[in-house]
Amino acid sequence: MSNTMKSVAIAGAVAAALVGQSTTTAEAAAKEKCYGVSLAGANDCAAGPGTTCAGTSTVDYQGNAWTLVDAGTCAEIELPAMADGTPREGSLEELSRDLPA
Amino acid sequence: MTVSQTEFRTALLDPQRAVPAGLQDASSGPAGARFSVYRNNVVHSLTEALATAFPLVRKLIGKTAFDQVAGLYVRSHPPVSPLMMFYGDSFPDFVAGCEPLAHLGYLADCARLDLALRQSYHAADATPLAPEALQTGPDTLMAMHLHPAPSTRVLRSSWPLFDLWRFNNVENAPKPAPGAQDVLITRPDFDPLPHLLPPGGAEWFRALSDNASLSQAQTIATENTPSFDLAATLSLALSTQAFAAL
Amino acid sequence: MLDNSSRFDRLPDGPGVGYKPQHFSELMQDPGPVSWIEVHAENYMGDGGRPLAQLRALSEQFAVSVHGVGLSIGGEGALDRDHLDRLKKLVEWLQPASFSEHLAWSTHGAEFLNDLLPLPYTNDTLTRVAAHISQVQDTLGRRMLLENPSSYLAFAESTWSETDFLTELVRRTGCGLLLDVNNVFISATNLGYSPQDYIDAFPLDAVGEIHVGGHDEDADDNGAPLLIDSHGKPVADPVWSLLSLTLATSGPRPVLVEWDNDVPLWPALRAEAVRAAQALQPAGQ
Repeated sequence: MSNTMKSVAIAGAVAAALVGQSTTTAEAAAKEKCYGVSLAGANDCAAGPGTTCAGTSTVDYQGNAWTLVDAGTCAEIELPAMADGTPREGSLEELSRDLPA
Repeated sequence: MTVSQTEFRTALLDPQRAVPAGLQDASSGPAGARFSVYRNNVVHSLTEALATAFPLVRKLIGKTAFDQVAGLYVRSHPPVSPLMMFYGDSFPDFVAGCEPLAHLGYLADCARLDLALRQSYHAADATPLAPEALQTGPDTLMAMHLHPAPSTRVLRSSWPLFDLWRFNNVENAPKPAPGAQDVLITRPDFDPLPHLLPPGGAEWFRALSDNASLSQAQTIATENTPSFDLAATLSLALSTQAFAAL
Repeated sequence: MLDNSSRFDRLPDGPGVGYKPQHFSELMQDPGPVSWIEVHAENYMGDGGRPLAQLRALSEQFAVSVHGVGLSIGGEGALDRDHLDRLKKLVEWLQPASFSEHLAWSTHGAEFLNDLLPLPYTNDTLTRVAAHISQVQDTLGRRMLLENPSSYLAFAESTWSETDFLTELVRRTGCGLLLDVNNVFISATNLGYSPQDYIDAFPLDAVGEIHVGGHDEDADDNGAPLLIDSHGKPVADPVWSLLSLTLATSGPRPVLVEWDNDVPLWPALRAEAVRAAQALQPAGQ
């Protein structure tokens, strides 16, 4: 592509992209109000963990006696198991051999 | 009978080890289960931290499996900073190398998405690029440099990464179908969100991040992806505030 | 960027709450008796986004206490310079009414263990902790408060009582103290001494802030009570009593309610703050 053609193509694409864009300044005023509100009602879902200065009485330090429960949504998702197409059976029980001695 | 912090720490992360002898209960007897309070606090708090940090992975494999994987990770990769908000940056690679999870090939990329969303959440604030800044002549446009906002992230995946996220976060979203997807994460104001990038969009973003001009980025993107759609990619980027003001 | 140094140069002698982001809107609109908040320093060391925006807005309405949980003041190694610099940056930006940390360690080598781990009370520990406190105070250019820990076990090597140890730290460094009466109750129960005797021996003149919080009840290998500092439920009645007993001697102090696990809706935390206000009332007369 010649530089001129490229320039025309970029200018055309930019013009198309600008259609329907709202101005950002109009939204700035509303910003002050959303400190405490997250999208989709999931408050601070992307904040990740914070620190703690509290302990817990939930006992789970032992880390053995595991069972495999594929209890998540992965059970509903059918995607090729491996890049090479070979399905493999996995069991989380195998993890126990990696337990700290 | 002294107890060094090295000795304390070694026993802390290894429940098979004896409780250090210099630790006692109220009657100068062995500390026993009292030491387990600390063992438990450390592993439980770090496991909880990972669960908060990787919600998509946790949802995909469920709480039981997640806690097992997290329990292994927190002992082998304890945090190296008191900034817990950034804990787990090596967790995606750990998941990728975790043999029992190998049948879920997409899981590591889902962990990368969780991590990128979190990094975006805590990234520096920036005034977004106003679309009007692009209302200029073709020559100026060609030479223009656009800079992704500090909170903008781009992920390339050989799995349907955006659909995997959507299936687990949006009600009635379709099941993911096989295919590669690239994801753009942006944070208008305070809440990062993933978006599906059109083909070639990831290369275009990378080029711009490497300080390419719009002209150079166009060349790079179309070289790899002839069907690269600048209008669609730029429209998405502007409407989601992916760029910082010039 | 922010100039509130003249508005809140000390914590008010009233109730405060440990701040949780989910309470932001209700706390701003319906604070009840709450006149100050406490935040964990480390949660506000990101580069931007909602945490810092919220803190900026909060600091215009409330006095703020910055409470560190990651400095590892009791660590055998040197203080983490990078972390100290981050803390200095936060304190200079926010100009909080107070900064406090824990008599504990949490960092070993490069590892951060995310728990407040216990210390033997020996001359060596005293020398090391005093040096670290002085380093923090010199770096921040302000007096800090040091919090008494909740203990689940004791060290055979300890030669100081906790109260004497803290008194000596105050004498050597000029630091103030954060008296956590829930921690006192927990440690006293777990290690078999009287919480009242502990308060009587505590240098109350140095106390710049008081904590209360909830705890869980467990048992050790011998069936002896083992209280856990879980901050996951309302403050227990004996801890409220211990607070009243403390305030009767010390006079009014800033009193913080901590609730960090199973965080309730705002009205429940507010109700705890109301109870703290009631405990403070006789002290103010």
